[in-house]
Amino acid sequence: MRHVIRRILFYICAVWVAITLDFFIPRLAPGDPAAALVGKMSTKGYITPEMQQTLSAMFGLNTTDPLWLQYFKYLGNLLHGNFGNSIQYFPTPVIQIIQQDIGWSIMLGGVAVVISFFIGCLFGMIVAWKRGTVLDTVLSPLMNFLSAIPYFWLALISLYLFSYLLNWFPLSGGYDSADIDPGWTYDFISSVIQHTFLPALTLVISSMAGWMLTMRNSMITTLSEDYVLMAKAKGLSQGRIMFWYAARNAVLPNITGFAIAIGTIVGGQLLTEMVFSYPGIGYALLQAVNQQDYAMIQSVFLIITLAVLGANFLADMLYTFLDPRVRQERSA
Amino acid sequence: MQIQEVPRPISAAPAALLTGDPPLHVRSLKVLLVIWRAMTISPRVAVGSAIVGFFILVGLFGPFFMTIDPNATSPLFIAPPSAAHLLGTTVVGEDIFSQLIYGTRTSVFWGLGTGLLVTLLSIVMGMVGGYFGGWIDDLLTLLTNVSLVLPALPLAIVLAAYFPRGPLTISLVIIFTNWAWQARVLRSQTLSLRSREFVTAARVGGENALRIIFFEIFPNEIGLVVAGFVSTTIYVVLTWAALEFLGLGDGTIPSWGGILYWAQQAGALGGGLWWWFIPPGACIAILGAGLSLINFGIDEIADPRLRREHPIKGKNSEKAVAA
Repeated sequence: MRHVIRRILFYICAVWVAITLDFFIPRLAPGDPAAALVGKMSTKGYITPEMQQTLSAMFGLNTTDPLWLQYFKYLGNLLHGNFGNSIQYFPTPVIQIIQQDIGWSIMLGGVAVVISFFIGCLFGMIVAWKRGTVLDTVLSPLMNFLSAIPYFWLALISLYLFSYLLNWFPLSGGYDSADIDPGWTYDFISSVIQHTFLPALTLVISSMAGWMLTMRNSMITTLSEDYVLMAKAKGLSQGRIMFWYAARNAVLPNITGFAIAIGTIVGGQLLTEMVFSYPGIGYALLQAVNQQDYAMIQSVFLIITLAVLGANFLADMLYTFLDPRVRQERSA
Repeated sequence: MQIQEVPRPISAAPAALLTGDPPLHVRSLKVLLVIWRAMTISPRVAVGSAIVGFFILVGLFGPFFMTIDPNATSPLFIAPPSAAHLLGTTVVGEDIFSQLIYGTRTSVFWGLGTGLLVTLLSIVMGMVGGYFGGWIDDLLTLLTNVSLVLPALPLAIVLAAYFPRGPLTISLVIIFTNWAWQARVLRSQTLSLRSREFVTAARVGGENALRIIFFEIFPNEIGLVVAGFVSTTIYVVLTWAALEFLGLGDGTIPSWGGILYWAQQAGALGGGLWWWFIPPGACIAILGAGLSLINFGIDEIADPRLRREHPIKGKNSEKAVAA
């Protein structure tokens, strides 16, 4: 129980650091980003006094409040779910845009994470079992190479190959927005699947290697345990030893990794969404960076951070539950 | 593997006992020798080192052989690869091969340099905390753990968006977001080393704490530091490319990620200009693969259980050897 309380306190501390960073980064930035942005936007001729006010408020310019008061007002705003207004879609609140987009991200990432987890673990298990054979010597370095490929470049290549050259998949978007209205119809769902397939595939390919290598290494360690030898001596079938004796114990690091991966769904696929113009959080972030929509950039960061922290907390608790040794551990 | 079979003169034994540990430079040399031996023993590490070495050479000397300025525009728009332009030209007629070679210099050296700085920061944060213990350690451990759970890439994007564009910003942002993982590893190693006899001896001998940390303990952790440096550098190169691909780099300095950014902005994909976006990504991937091959080899050296078994051993005898 002591351990659990310590972890809870730690995560509260981490959330506080993230929020505080989010508050101070715009105020510490060198130069005057707000003025630069206002100048840039007024040359394009679409800045209104309200927008200017929003911007100044964000950078803490239009107020005589001392810094600590600004800070508490900012915390109060966050507690009320007020993340500020977007500049590029002024005056839509940022949170509204995020709510629209996050579903797409979660769907794409969720599918990709689950598939790559299962394929990766299975491959890692088999490769460790067949260690030293051709399968291992070919597959392990190949996976190594795949994990070193920048995943957004893999996305570019597959988009070029399958969408541009072969014309199998659409070039961009989350569904065919020209012809189909969103809804639970057959047309819409099949269009979504068609648009999601390629981004999900590139995510699976680039993240599979990590699962496989972890599983392989952990499985190799497990295979040299005495209880595996015992199982072999008892004459159990290969499959039974592989799944019920070795893999079951080797999968522990990957299970906590899985909980963390669930949290990185949104953050880990930012660039994939950008390449495929997929209507999720990542694409929104790209547009925000291009348009210098600071409120949007910061809110996306906060949302992603909260998701990651939540998942890490979950993984921590899961590990405590799965491995009793952790509960007794005293941090030195 | 024992080579020391030559019988030593008897008088050498007490002398060796009296001198204790060999001096620092001898120990460091030994470590280097071990690394060199490891590099030549494992084919994986050898191939990986060759790849990384190749990119370093291209980055160092490549630009001297370039006759075309990477930023010079020409009326030859969107030309496919030819003898004059080995990798074709961009939409404004820049030579992509020249950009790639100059980009190698930027990407490889900023990547390696940043990897080195990340490693240095993590050495300081990890070892100081691990050695001193007490509230210093508590504070540094808290910092490390918080930094570990904050998502690195989104934080890097936020920071890079606010600060002036350029390699220095990207480098600092990456250092700030990526030091924690290695610091944690080094902290626990230092923690286990600090109660060893040679450290106690140095402390009793009145040596300065910082000197003990960096001259007594550090040489024992070089293997870990090298492994950490290699895996950090892979991550740095990838993150670097990602930030530049987002348009957070300096567009006037050619780099791998920068080329990808301009290709994406110009719609190279929809136009089928494969010679524009395939080469820089391939370079990143190959450099990353080279580095991870080295890392794979280091892992095998560190954990003998991961080493490839020799087929001569029978399936049953392997267990007997391990036991």
